[in-house]
Order: sequence, then C-alpha cells, then structure tokens
Amino acid sequence: MTDKKLIYLDNNATTAVAPEVFEAMRPYFCEQYGNPGSIHAFGGSIMSKIEHARAQVSALIGATRKDRHDKFTEVIFTSCGTESDNTAINSALQVCHKKKKVIMSAVEHPAVFSLGKDLEKRGYPVSYVPVDSHGALDMERYEEMIDTETAIVSIMWANNETGNIYPVEKCAEIAHRYGALFHTDAVQTIGKIPCNMADSQIDMLSLSGHKLHAPKGVGALYLRRGVRFRPVQIGGHQERGRRAGTENVASIIGLGKAAELAMRSMEEKNTRIKALRDRLERGLCENIPKTKVFGDIKNRLPNTTLIGFESIEGESILMMMDCFGICASSGSACTTGSLEPSHVLRAMGIPDAIAHGAIRFSLSVYNTQEEIDFVIKEMPAIIAHLRKISEGIEH
Amino acid sequence: MWDYNDKVMDHFLHPRNVGEVKDADGVGQVGNMSCGDALKLSFKLDKDGRICEAKFQTFGCASAIASSSALTELIQGMTLDEAEKITNKDIVNILGDLPEAKLHCSVMGMEALQAAIANYRGEESEHGSEDNHVGRIVCKCFSVTDTKIRKTAINNNLHTVEEITDYCKAGGACGSCLEEIQDILDGLWKEKKTESTSSKQAEFLSLPLIQRVLKVQEIIDSEVKPMLEQDGGGIDLIDMKDNVVFVKLTGHCASCPSAGVTLKSGVEAVLKDCLFPEIVVENV
Repeated sequence: MTDKKLIYLDNNATTAVAPEVFEAMRPYFCEQYGNPGSIHAFGGSIMSKIEHARAQVSALIGATRKDRHDKFTEVIFTSCGTESDNTAINSALQVCHKKKKVIMSAVEHPAVFSLGKDLEKRGYPVSYVPVDSHGALDMERYEEMIDTETAIVSIMWANNETGNIYPVEKCAEIAHRYGALFHTDAVQTIGKIPCNMADSQIDMLSLSGHKLHAPKGVGALYLRRGVRFRPVQIGGHQERGRRAGTENVASIIGLGKAAELAMRSMEEKNTRIKALRDRLERGLCENIPKTKVFGDIKNRLPNTTLIGFESIEGESILMMMDCFGICASSGSACTTGSLEPSHVLRAMGIPDAIAHGAIRFSLSVYNTQEEIDFVIKEMPAIIAHLRKISEGIEH
Repeated sequence: MWDYNDKVMDHFLHPRNVGEVKDADGVGQVGNMSCGDALKLSFKLDKDGRICEAKFQTFGCASAIASSSALTELIQGMTLDEAEKITNKDIVNILGDLPEAKLHCSVMGMEALQAAIANYRGEESEHGSEDNHVGRIVCKCFSVTDTKIRKTAINNNLHTVEEITDYCKAGGACGSCLEEIQDILDGLWKEKKTESTSSKQAEFLSLPLIQRVLKVQEIIDSEVKPMLEQDGGGIDLIDMKDNVVFVKLTGHCASCPSAGVTLKSGVEAVLKDCLFPEIVVENV
C-alpha cells in the first residue's frame, strides 16, 4: 500500500498536459513574453501564433468558415469552459432582449446548471428538460417546453458523470424552429469524439483546454458566423472586441497544440480507450456483486463509466482507492462539499441510497491495460471491506 | 480532498469493533442511507453495569466510519450514566481533529450512543425515525428538527448557519431552510444572553464589597488604564454602590471636552463587557 504508483482514471475532471503541448508553450513565458497587442515586432509577432492556435482549434471542431481576410473568426479564446458557458447564455439573453425564456437539460454541469438557478433568481423563466433512468433526454418534453418566447436553449453534448451523448444537432434544429439560439456545453466532448461545426446548426459551443491535455485556465467559445453576440467581459479590443483582456498567450498556444494532437488518429485512440473502459467495466461488474452501470450504455463517450456499488458510500470508496494510488471521482455528497448527492443521478431517478455509492472512472490515451487490470484486481477487496462495515444497516 | 489526520485514517482503514454484538443489551441506529450516512451501535453490559462490548456498523464516508470506530473504543468499560454524558466533542478529541464540514459525523456517533442507551432503558429515543422525533422538522432534506438544531448549537457554542450545517447537516442540501435556522439561532442566543446576564449580575452583586472592588479595579488596571494612557489620561476608582461605579478621570481626560464620551463608550463599555450590561459608570 505504501509503494504506490499513480493510476489516473479521472480524466473527465482534468487531464495531464501532453508533453508536446508543454514544449509548445515553453518559449512564451521567459523568452517571447511580448504582448500580442503591441505595435513592436517583439510583441506583435505573437499575434500570428495566436491566430495559428485559433486555426488549430477551428480545425478540431470543424469551424472552417473564414472571413474575407482569410481568417478563422468563429473561435473566441476564454479562460475556461465555465466562462464560455456563461458568456454564451448571458450574451444570448442580451441580444434577444425581448425574449427571456431559457431551456436547459436537468443534467447540465454546474457551469450551466447553477447559472440557470441564478437566472431564475434574477427573474428569468428557466425550464429543465428531464431525463429518463438511463439519463436520455426526454425530447417530447423538450418540444412541449419550447416556444417563440425562448431566447436560448443550452444542452450539453456529453454528460460529465455518465458520459451520455445528447442529440444536440436535433435539439438545435428544434430550437431554430422557434427562433431560439442554441448553445452546447461540449467540454467533455471536444477532443474525445469528432465534431464538425461546418455542417452544424449549433450557434455556440463551449470547450475547455484542460479536458484535452492542454493546461487549466484556457477555454474557447465557438460562435457561428452571423450569430449575434454581446461581449460579457468589457475592456480592450482583444479577440475582435468579443472578449477583452490580454491573451493568455502560452495557454492559447498550448490549446492549439492539444487540438492538433487530439485530431491525430482520433478513431484509433478511441477504439483503444473504449476497449480499456469496457474491460474495466466488465472486470468490476463480473467480480463485484451488487454493481450497476449507470447511463445510456450504447450512447456514451468511449472513456467514461459510472458504476454504482450498492450499500456503501462514495467518499469512503475513493479514500480507500486512493490508498492504492487509484484516482477516480464520485457524484457523492461527501466529496463535493455539498451534502446532496449528484443532481445528475437524482434527475435520472436513481435512489439516493444507491447514488451515494456511484464512482466515475474516466480514461485517457495515457492509460494502460496493466493499470486497468490492477484496478480490477484491487477493487473487490475494497468494496468487500466497506460492505462489511455497512452490513446490517437498515435502508 | 479532505485533509484527514493519521488517527482518522487509522480508524477508517483499520476500524475497531465492526459488527453487531450478539444478544445486545442496547441497540441504536441513527441516520439512513438516503441521507448519506447511517450508524448502528450495539452494546452489552457486564454484571456491574459497565459496557463490556460495543460494536458498530456504518454506511458513510471515511470520517463517519472513523467516528464510529472511535466511539466504540471510548465507551468500553463505562457505566451508562458515564456513557450518556459523552458528546460529539469527546469523539472528535479521540480522533484529534475532523474537517469542519465533517463534524456531523461525530454528532451522529453521540446520537447513536444515546439511541442505544434509550433502547436499553426502554425509552423512546429522541433521535428516532422521521415520524418519531422530538420537535418540528426544519430541514426537510435531512429531517433535522428545531430541537436538534438548538441542542447542537448549545452543546458546541454555534452561532452561524454554516456551523449548524457542519455539525448536523441541516441546510446542507436545498438550502430552503437556511433563514429559518438563522432565526432559530438568533432567538436562541438572545434568550441565552438575557438568561446569562441576569445571572451574572446576581452573582456579582452577591459578592462581598471588597471582592467587587478588587474585580473592578483589576479590569480598570488591565483594560481601561492602558487605553486612557495612550492619550495622556488616567482614571481612579472612587466608590461603588450596587451596579453603579464612581470614578474620577485624571490627566488629560479630566479637562478633555470628550470626557463624557470616554466615560460612556470607553470605560463603561469595557465594564459592561467584562461584568454585566446593567453596570453604570459615573464621573465624580
């Protein structure tokens, strides 16, 4: 237990910065530290690096439309996924000032969900599209909710806890039928599965650097050409006046590089990651009784599995796993600071008693079969130990 | 990530006394799985009425398991009268320390013990099920009553809603009862304050005069004089009658136009704070 090797299976929380990304960023701290907004070449020349990064991110999401100066203009760099989400929704509410209604799914990440709750307090009517017990979106209810008063619909592309992938293209089409804007929080999707904005109806899309092996503190907002936009952060003219503040040069360049890496043989990588994920899932479910996989099994991200271990609590599972160097996550109350279990599992109607024991494993290209086999070997004893302690507790 | 100390981790990884005592004399369960933690405690008494065996079963986080384990060690050999007096603080003391947001785990330990003792005595436990509780439910998410909130606040000297949430989870989920909890706390401490001040006054006035003079002189020397001396002033204690203290301001204070302010919001405020609010200071 003391000689522990780190097994990182929490890639939906954050990922390692890829060595190639770090190398690409390195010159922009102590050497090429100029401000891209400067007139002198020392600073000004860095602007072309930022534009290169923008082209790389645009390529990853298929945002290939260029302006008449042959520049990619649909990607705005931000500080994180949350900023992109907030900017998209707040901007939409400002440009459609007569419409106030907001629709989002009941399983959004807090970056969107908490904003929804806050908008409610500020007097906006917000509706939450329910999901079924597998976390699939209730499209009928969505169509009932939407009307011409709707300013913005925000539906996540993939859920961070279950990995469920949502039919965002279809949702965008419905939104447009009623004249509403459509945003998707694609933080968990971009870099993991293909994305082509050129053929898409999606108006706005948020992504985050640190989920795809770029550093923390950088994200992007895709804004389809022609979509009306009102900046939220006001100041200088950076990002064509759409997001003020001196560019986070090194991180933007890192995000560009990470986007380029993500595109390389994505399908091949996904096949490998999915095989490992399935091996882990099978290994745990076959060797541990009273275990259940949550989510839409056939329609998930290839790297994510959310597994419920009955009659034990998530934090104690994670703490014991930590003793073996295994990192994962839980939607359980005790780990998040809140005392409530995950709102995602609640929305799926999973009883709290089971939701408390749900553990999310999320893999990356850096995981190996050896690691997965180690987890499969160690987990049964951890679960058995904790179940022995909780045995006899009446529900 | 919680910063658990070694002792907590030890009790979590190597819990003592897991299981259920056979033919137990007392059994108590508090909490439930939906709320995220539950603890079942059982004990057996020896012929002298001392706890000779105590075991636990816990559904919960690392600190819930550690608190349960520590509790079973703590009560070994105790009579029920002794065990009854155990509070959550005793459990925290054994563990050294618990993160603030985890203190409710130690409260759960105390309650399970009280429930098990009540069970032995054939009494109704006040920590019973949802439809068997004392008081009115304030926090619906975790079924916490006003009685429990008051009791937890008094036992641990809690004044804020956040502290209440840390100790008994109330208000930790939907948050719709936060204002009500604040009202309960405000009411409780206002009551407590009037109770304690009137008793403080009675206690002070029952002292012999010389004791009262010494007490006031001590406060004047340690708290008041240094404050006045900063501005070149001074103060002498002249006389006392009931709750009125007669003093003479000296030095710069004697001729200062703000002497009245100094007397009331300076000297009198300090004495009110240190003794009781009914005290009055007069300059002679």
